[in-house]
Amino acid sequence: MMPSKKEEMRHSADTKGMPGGDKMPGGKPKMNKGMLKRLVVMLYQFYPVLLPVIVVCIVFSAIISTIPAAFMQKVIAVIEQYAGAGDWTNAKVEILKWVLLLAFFYVLSIVAELVSAQLGAILTQGYLKKMRGEMFDRMQNLPIKYFDQNGHGDIMSHYTNDVDTLRQLVSQSLPSLIRAVVSISAALFLMVYYSVWMALIIIAGVLIMTMVTKAIGGRSALYFVRQQKAVGRTEGFIEEMMNGQKVVKVFCHEKQSGADFDAINDALYEDSKRANQYANMLMPILNNIGNVLYVVVALAGGAFLLSDATNVSLSGMTFSISMIVPFLTMTRQFTGNISQVSQQVNSIVMGLAGAERIFDLIDEAPEVDDGYVTLVNAVVAPDGTVTESEKRTGTWAWKHPHQADGSVTYTLLRGDVRLDDVDFGYEEDKMVLHNVSVFAEPGQKVAFVGATGAGKTTITNLINRFYDIADGKIRYDGININKIKKADLRRSLGIVLQETNLFTGTVMENIRYGKLDATDEECIAAAKLAGADDFITRLPKGYETELSGNGANLSQGQRQLLAIARAAVADPPVMILDEATSSIDTRTEAIVQKGMDSLMEGRTVFVIAHRLSTVKNSDVIMVLDHGRIIERGNHEKLIAEKGTYYRLYTGAFELE
Amino acid sequence: MFGMLRKLMGCVREYKKVSILTPILMVGEVVMECLIPFVVAELVNQIKAGCDISVIVKHGLVLFAMACISLFFGGLAGITGSKASCGFAKNLRHDLYYRIQEYSFENIDKFSTSSLVTRLTTDVANVQMSFMMLIRIAIRSPLMFIFAIVMAFIMGGKMALMFVVVVPILAFGLIMVAKKAMPLFRSVFRKYDRLNESVQENVKGMRVVKSFVREEYEKEKFNFAAEDVCKDFTKAERIVVLNSPLMQFCLYVNMIFVLSFGSYLVVSTKGVAMDVGQISSMVTYGFMVLSSLMVLSMIFVMLTISAESAERVVEVLEEKPSLTNPVNPVYEVKDGSVVFRDVNFKYSKTADRYALSDIDLTIRSGETVGILGGTGSSKTSLIQLISRLYDVTDGSVTVGGVDVRDYDLESLRNQVAVVLQKNVLFSGTIKENLRWGNAEATDEELMEACRLAQASEFIESFPDKYDTYIEQGGANVSGGQKQRLCIARALLKKPKILILDDSTSAVDTRTDALIRKAFREFIPETTKIIIAQRVSSVQDADKIVIMDGGRIVAVGTHEELLASNEIYQEVYTSQNKGGDDDAE
Repeated sequence: MMPSKKEEMRHSADTKGMPGGDKMPGGKPKMNKGMLKRLVVMLYQFYPVLLPVIVVCIVFSAIISTIPAAFMQKVIAVIEQYAGAGDWTNAKVEILKWVLLLAFFYVLSIVAELVSAQLGAILTQGYLKKMRGEMFDRMQNLPIKYFDQNGHGDIMSHYTNDVDTLRQLVSQSLPSLIRAVVSISAALFLMVYYSVWMALIIIAGVLIMTMVTKAIGGRSALYFVRQQKAVGRTEGFIEEMMNGQKVVKVFCHEKQSGADFDAINDALYEDSKRANQYANMLMPILNNIGNVLYVVVALAGGAFLLSDATNVSLSGMTFSISMIVPFLTMTRQFTGNISQVSQQVNSIVMGLAGAERIFDLIDEAPEVDDGYVTLVNAVVAPDGTVTESEKRTGTWAWKHPHQADGSVTYTLLRGDVRLDDVDFGYEEDKMVLHNVSVFAEPGQKVAFVGATGAGKTTITNLINRFYDIADGKIRYDGININKIKKADLRRSLGIVLQETNLFTGTVMENIRYGKLDATDEECIAAAKLAGADDFITRLPKGYETELSGNGANLSQGQRQLLAIARAAVADPPVMILDEATSSIDTRTEAIVQKGMDSLMEGRTVFVIAHRLSTVKNSDVIMVLDHGRIIERGNHEKLIAEKGTYYRLYTGAFELE
Repeated sequence: MFGMLRKLMGCVREYKKVSILTPILMVGEVVMECLIPFVVAELVNQIKAGCDISVIVKHGLVLFAMACISLFFGGLAGITGSKASCGFAKNLRHDLYYRIQEYSFENIDKFSTSSLVTRLTTDVANVQMSFMMLIRIAIRSPLMFIFAIVMAFIMGGKMALMFVVVVPILAFGLIMVAKKAMPLFRSVFRKYDRLNESVQENVKGMRVVKSFVREEYEKEKFNFAAEDVCKDFTKAERIVVLNSPLMQFCLYVNMIFVLSFGSYLVVSTKGVAMDVGQISSMVTYGFMVLSSLMVLSMIFVMLTISAESAERVVEVLEEKPSLTNPVNPVYEVKDGSVVFRDVNFKYSKTADRYALSDIDLTIRSGETVGILGGTGSSKTSLIQLISRLYDVTDGSVTVGGVDVRDYDLESLRNQVAVVLQKNVLFSGTIKENLRWGNAEATDEELMEACRLAQASEFIESFPDKYDTYIEQGGANVSGGQKQRLCIARALLKKPKILILDDSTSAVDTRTDALIRKAFREFIPETTKIIIAQRVSSVQDADKIVIMDGGRIVAVGTHEELLASNEIYQEVYTSQNKGGDDDAE
């Protein structure tokens, strides 16, 4: 349980990442043993020394925690021997011997506990850090497809909810499981050592306790799943209504909305009451079975003692008061351990489910990249031959090693992009692009127009290989893009998306994201080019203004201008503007148009825009419909054709 | 702190009985639990003295009965406890939700949507947890502590003085640990939240990361932050885990003392001052005393952690709605005329910039008024004053000749329908959504409104027509369709004033024109105020208001403005250059 201010993610994590639901078919939690093994092996690999030390310490202190019973037996035996005579002087020697020995063990146990706790804290946090790091590292290498297919809330829940349950598992549940198992077996051994009959009584009691735990635990798990669903429903409702709260106000819908909430809230109350009742009752029931067992042991002990029954034991001891008293202490410990384990069962199951989800992310197949053509700095000799250069020259070339003869050729980076008869589908059997051919020569501006879902954004996803085409060819400067290393391909493309994502940090840092070694001057120049300089300088701290929450303090239009500046500083030969100016009002757009024009100058630009005034001056406009190019040509040509573009342009047709 | 608690306790209400009953039942359980070792000691001594089997059975029956009573109390407390805490949470959520319903726009702006959601969910869950803990364990543990000490004194006499030594040691240690660890935890939790926020940014911005090939950079950034969090967490946790060896130390000291001093007492007094049975019970009591102290310190930590949640929850409860009904409200809106007189407006008292300055504007009933201006020119601020979504800072706004602050809020808003820019449809059928405008509307009225808003055509094309289910946020209809449904919903109010805040931006120009034509023909008496980006949406209005930087810079008809106003000319030409219009 952690308090948090930034809630969106935590909150969504709470509902979505909760163990239960899909992981608990039939409402019964299952223990995943394979996962446990993998987890432990991983722990061992990370901490080959620390882990065994900690385990030894835990085992050691667990064993020691059971031996007082044995000492007690010895001490009471001594007391019995001397109490009748009241002979303390003689008793003292023997008792002191036992007590000192016990004290010695105790000191060892405390040291062991101290060591295991301290090392445990280091191990837990270190392990969590490694898991987080591993998850994050792997995640960076996953294909975009993964992020498109999995909700952001779900991915986030791996970092919040799942890591939290894992932390609970590693830092508490597993150690106390080890501790309980060790003390239970040690106590069992001691009991059998003293008396098999008495031990059998306790074992019978424990069996009953386990059965009760299973029965009640099962019921409660069932209701907890229900509760979880009710919580999800309530949170969904709250989220929707809070988002629409202003609409509620405008329509004076407060009373109705309150009544709707009450119905859902009451249902949640019923389900969570049930679930908690079962959970709350488990402890008193276990405790009191423990108490009854305590009584039964006392009774049986008394009965054995009085009836002079023959004892069966490893030690060959007969029934005596010095044996029965420690037995009582052991009963308490034993039942205490059992209820501890039964409490841990839930969090172990939850922790393993969390671990499974984390491993699922880690095991996800990374983005494959078998490209071998790389982007290098180049020098062009007067005779036109291109050679590689160590230094930054401002000129780039594709370095193309040929496997056949081991030779290397260099092709100057120009920004010539050709799509040749491309087919593509996000799912294999559902093509969204059919026979798409686009030719963009260096410096040309190519526009895509069409309804939502026509495939405009899909085309740009293919050029930078966020997705791979099913059929056809895409060539960049004459090279098949499948041969180009993805990182280098993407470095040569600048993309500005409709949904602007900025990062926490200053405005300057956000612009510099486009080119990490850019100087302040370069960043400012890029901002000026994008027409962002004007509003940035009017911010309270100018370029040093801190942005947080994806630039929540900026308007959507301002964020888009920043995103354009970020792409501009990278200075790529090819740019893709996907609805990059959609949130900038027409007047401001007209003002920044000059900057945009100079930004596009000398580059190959792909433009996707809703607003036709943005695409009007393109060299080629492609009108897309259901994944096919239905019209192509410049503005004048398309207007003259009086087709779809014409109807769009005259406003007779709605784009959406 | 006390005010906060009182506020929260106000949510107990009908669960007062069970809330009080729970700790009382707990007392019963604790008493039994503390008495059981006492009787056991008695039994042990009897056995040792070689008593009759009937004595043992008698004791056994007593003990069994005690366990049953304890179970009865404990089980019952479990039932009442969960009823009390779940009920408390239910009432708390209810109060929060109803309070938020009373919020004005200003109040809503103050809290962000996501923060309101968390306060209603995660924070309430934390507070509920603490409440449950308070009524069950927070009573149980100190009681257990006291009873066990009392019993130990009764049974062990002087030996119980041991606790005078051990308890302060443990208490001091626990307090020190909590004191040292708490601030560390608070700060590391904050760091941890920040770390997760940056992960979230990374996930959301993955396309940006990948297109700039910044994977390695992001990894480095993350590892740096994760390392920091790990270091701080380890530091805090290493302090907290000192608790367990400390606890062991105290337990063991107690054990050794009981064994040595106890046996001295038994042997030297020949079992008069103390006997073997007592020794074993003293160990049990020692365990009870110390572990209840431990639990207490755990609760203390938990409570301080959830105190922050409690604060956030109470903040919502205590927020005063900034708009309230006047004492003797006017219920009837005479006509649809609107007058702004010397209006200045800023969103909060502390804001240093006025959103609106020196606004004077008269709109006659039945007029159509267009409002045009760039982003940030405060068009939306202007219209929000009409239905009193915010109150003016200076000056006045009158509707139908009466100051908006003198109206009953509901009556005013029913007559002034606003189609918000950031509009929302709710999950439910189209019919259900439309009926927000008028719960009693007949099917004919619904269809009529949709016809006016040019929505009936596409609704009829859906297989389920008016019963089509709209997903949360209207995800399954297009932007233009959504806007038209929102207009229809507002029309159902049959308002005297209809305000469209950029509500046809995703509708094509032809449909946009049809909507305006329908307005002209079918609701001529209604005052129509239209904010738009497109000149074409407003050019046939009776008057057009041009706004810039929170001021009205010009008012006039299309022709007048085209002749005289620079901004209007600029916008007009940028949209009409070469062709007719743009299809946004």
